[in-house]
Amino acid sequence: MQRVRHNRLNLALAHAALIAYTIIALFPVVIILINSFKTRKAIFRHPLQPPTPDTFSLIGYETVLKQGDYLHYFQNSLIVTVGSLFFILLFGAMAAFALSEYRFRGNTLMGLYLAIGIMIPIRLGTVAILQFMVATGLVNTLAALILVYTASGLPLAIFILSEFMRQVSADLKDAGRIDGLSEYRIFFRLVVPLVRPAMATVAVFNMIPIWNDLWFPLILAPGEATKTLTLGSQVFIGQFVTNWNAVLSGLSLAILPVMILYVIFSRQLIRGITSGAVK
Amino acid sequence: MRAETRSRRRWHIAIFLAPAVLVYTALMILPLFGTLKLSLYQQVDQQQVFVGLDNFRTLFGDPNWSESFWRALRNNTWFFFIHMAVQNPIGIAIAAMLSVPALRFKGFYRTAIFIPTILSFVIVGFAWKLILSPLWGIAPDLLKMVGLRHLFHPWLGKEEYALTTIALISVWQFVGIPMMLIYAALLSIPDEILEAGEIDGITGMKAFWKIKLPLILPSIGIISILTFVGNFNAFDLVYTMEGAMAAPNFSTEVMGTFLFRTFFGHQTQPGDPNMGATIAMMMFFIILTGVVIYLFLIQTRMRRYQF
Repeated sequence: MQRVRHNRLNLALAHAALIAYTIIALFPVVIILINSFKTRKAIFRHPLQPPTPDTFSLIGYETVLKQGDYLHYFQNSLIVTVGSLFFILLFGAMAAFALSEYRFRGNTLMGLYLAIGIMIPIRLGTVAILQFMVATGLVNTLAALILVYTASGLPLAIFILSEFMRQVSADLKDAGRIDGLSEYRIFFRLVVPLVRPAMATVAVFNMIPIWNDLWFPLILAPGEATKTLTLGSQVFIGQFVTNWNAVLSGLSLAILPVMILYVIFSRQLIRGITSGAVK
Repeated sequence: MRAETRSRRRWHIAIFLAPAVLVYTALMILPLFGTLKLSLYQQVDQQQVFVGLDNFRTLFGDPNWSESFWRALRNNTWFFFIHMAVQNPIGIAIAAMLSVPALRFKGFYRTAIFIPTILSFVIVGFAWKLILSPLWGIAPDLLKMVGLRHLFHPWLGKEEYALTTIALISVWQFVGIPMMLIYAALLSIPDEILEAGEIDGITGMKAFWKIKLPLILPSIGIISILTFVGNFNAFDLVYTMEGAMAAPNFSTEVMGTFLFRTFFGHQTQPGDPNMGATIAMMMFFIILTGVVIYLFLIQTRMRRYQF
């Protein structure tokens, strides 16, 4: 009986601590969102109050949508993220298949070579990457960003996917070979569908860092036509230091797409992490 | 016949490997060597001239450079220390609470606490800049509510507080990662072990310290090395909140901003790709040292438990 009471107390304490931390985690986001819908006066007088009919205002959003090219930035970010994920998954799965399926000389060495990039950040090569992009004329193109993110996402993708591909039954593949399927067909028709959950995990892991990156857009594609949402909002918000309505609305518009993606993919993300895909 | 199938198989392997190896080599491995090469050259009369280790000598010997370098490294070490001392213990504590079987609303807590981690540095940086701004007054108002108004300072503008403040904001942003990884590790501990402990009278906090913590040590090792690599490569948050000059008075300078400013130049000083590459190489050596220490000293000595 005493034990039960003791447990209840512990649970209550755990809830209290978790609620407190949840408030700390969400407070800044909520403050930004509610104040973005308020008049300038209300933002300063009652920053902690949600907008009321009296204080409600969309003036910030009007400024942002009139002057900032958010839709265009959003489109750039989408192209870069989707493009990079496509190549990470395609090239990563192909390489993972080669490493896990065939025995050839240098297999282990190749695996190690491709694994270096898991620990060494690609940013350290930035100086030379920029020279490469200048030499190939890719500066200020979205292709430059896609190439860089593909290269940096591949090592972990290959590592995770080859672990999963080792678990695909050899009998199945051999049956396919007896039926006369080519190696390519075995890969695309038999193996890829079976490792689709692992591919989704890889995609979700790579998605957020690519979407949020500031370093490479700033260095490789700072032009107006190729600005991603992260860089675009950084520059745009930086211009409006004194226009609080615009700053708050600009921030809210930058938060929105990530939140939508998170709501859609959070299950996949959490399942991916907790299933021990990264060890 | 056999030789024929074999050689045919070989072609598949090459085709499967080629795209990944090409992209990875061209944009990851070659640039690292390219950076190494640049760090050994200097621009003299529009020509790149091989100068051996001169750039490194400048970096460590010339007081202008070496002061900046050691300041960046010192700040970066402090930045890392704050993450290890604050972020990881909080993450572990939250994960430990979440792993209590009887706890309800786990999914909600987990999802909510992970939200800052998915936001970009730009959002996080500006949001905190506004909240801590003395102009807006949210931070002083909140402190007033608990009677601590006198504790408020414009933290981001004071040399003695700015770096620690930014490190704590970064902690706020990334607590989700240790939380998730440790949570996963705690879930993988089999019930039999915990039940066996219970029979011996080891429950609650004691079970955490005596049974669970030793079992999740490998995961804590992974978090530490991830934190290390991430921190010594940090740039975005400082850049968003304090600019490339690492205001106030370079007090928030980390290796990333030092590299960026050297490479691209700033008001008084033109950009210098060779010195930039030299700094990037030093960052490479620092990160490599951390990774090697982790792989050879920590990971091999840590006992792995197979369930």
